[in-house]
Amino acid sequence: MKSKEEIWSILETIPDPEIQVISIVELGIARDVQIEGDKVVVCITPTYSGCPAMDAITHDIREKFAEEGIKNTEIKMIYSPVWTTDWIGEEAKKKLKAYGIAPPDKTSTDKSLITGKKKIIPCPRCGSDKTILVSQFGSTACKALYKCEECLEPFDYFKCH
Amino acid sequence: MKNTSEHLFEYCLRLGDTPLILGQRLAEWCGHGPILEEDIAMTNISLDCIGQARAFLTYAGEIEGKDRTEDDLAYFRNEREFRNLLITEQPNEDFAQTMLRQFLISAFHKHFYSELMRSADKTLSALAEKSLKEVNYHFRHSSEWLKRFGNGTEESRTRLMNAMDNLWRYTGDMFDMDETDKHLVECKIAADLDKIKTLWNKSVEEVFSEAGIDMPKDVFMMSGSRKGKHTEHLGHILAEMQSLARSFPGASW
Ligand SMILES: [Zn+2]
Repeated sequence: MKSKEEIWSILETIPDPEIQVISIVELGIARDVQIEGDKVVVCITPTYSGCPAMDAITHDIREKFAEEGIKNTEIKMIYSPVWTTDWIGEEAKKKLKAYGIAPPDKTSTDKSLITGKKKIIPCPRCGSDKTILVSQFGSTACKALYKCEECLEPFDYFKCH
Repeated sequence: MKNTSEHLFEYCLRLGDTPLILGQRLAEWCGHGPILEEDIAMTNISLDCIGQARAFLTYAGEIEGKDRTEDDLAYFRNEREFRNLLITEQPNEDFAQTMLRQFLISAFHKHFYSELMRSADKTLSALAEKSLKEVNYHFRHSSEWLKRFGNGTEESRTRLMNAMDNLWRYTGDMFDMDETDKHLVECKIAADLDKIKTLWNKSVEEVFSEAGIDMPKDVFMMSGSRKGKHTEHLGHILAEMQSLARSFPGASW
């Protein structure tokens, strides 16, 4: 039987199906691991209610566990505490940026709520602040679509949530 | 007399059916949006709605305790058993009507979920917190469009006002309280809709004034969703949504 630590290290090798550069642990989707006799219980939480990747993630966990010889797996969907972008660590944010996705920015959200000013999302490609929001709804539920007016490239922004 | 658990089951059906039918309606826009960004926006909103519906219906099934899954509840109930708000089943018509419908319901959900977050039922409160984050985006998105329609061209304004004539009469249905609402409000589980109505009016009035339009007055309000009395549109939605599951029960791919 594997230890909790070993289970966590296996989970860390499973990438998010939509953003392959970060793992489901870094994204804060895998929340808890419990070992009950010969059964491994993994609690996962969705980023957005309708996140279609949850089924793929469930499948990926089962497949990976089977490869590791874990036969009895239960995957529980939990909704509390609610997922927020705070669950994405600094290291993961760097990976997102390198991948071309502007990471969620908490500070600018707070300011935009108070002042009503539009938040500035720097371009992940050239770093310019001259970017505009094209659509609040991007390629997946968790992202918004921006465009850089400096280098003219469109990019995804991981919505602060 | 229903007991608390039976009332809660009924309440969860309402919470699940409303986003389910709205999500189904929005999905009809897939591939037909006026511009690519809006096509993506409407399908994204649809996806949020379906996700919320799944969670509430799954919970409804657990409360009922008869082993019915989210799919059983979505695909194998008849029209009179559906509890979605009447406004959600109204046809998309043009983009103005779709956005007005979205705005009126998102303004409702924004306040409704904020209140439901305080529910004594821990599952409902967690799902409300999750849903609220999503609904805030829907509210902002549809508000922006209302302002553009109202202050845009004569054409856009006319379309918005036509949509208002079609939809306003279904807004009263959102705030009807029956014995289930009253019982669960007393148990501190449900949101008090009288309170939500005041907040909703204020939010709607704010955006309408920015859009340069008046609040409609003296409109006869339709009601019935709590008793499963629907407009003629729901049957057609269900026919499309349920036909595959009913023709091939248990099918998967
Ligand atoms: Zn750039």
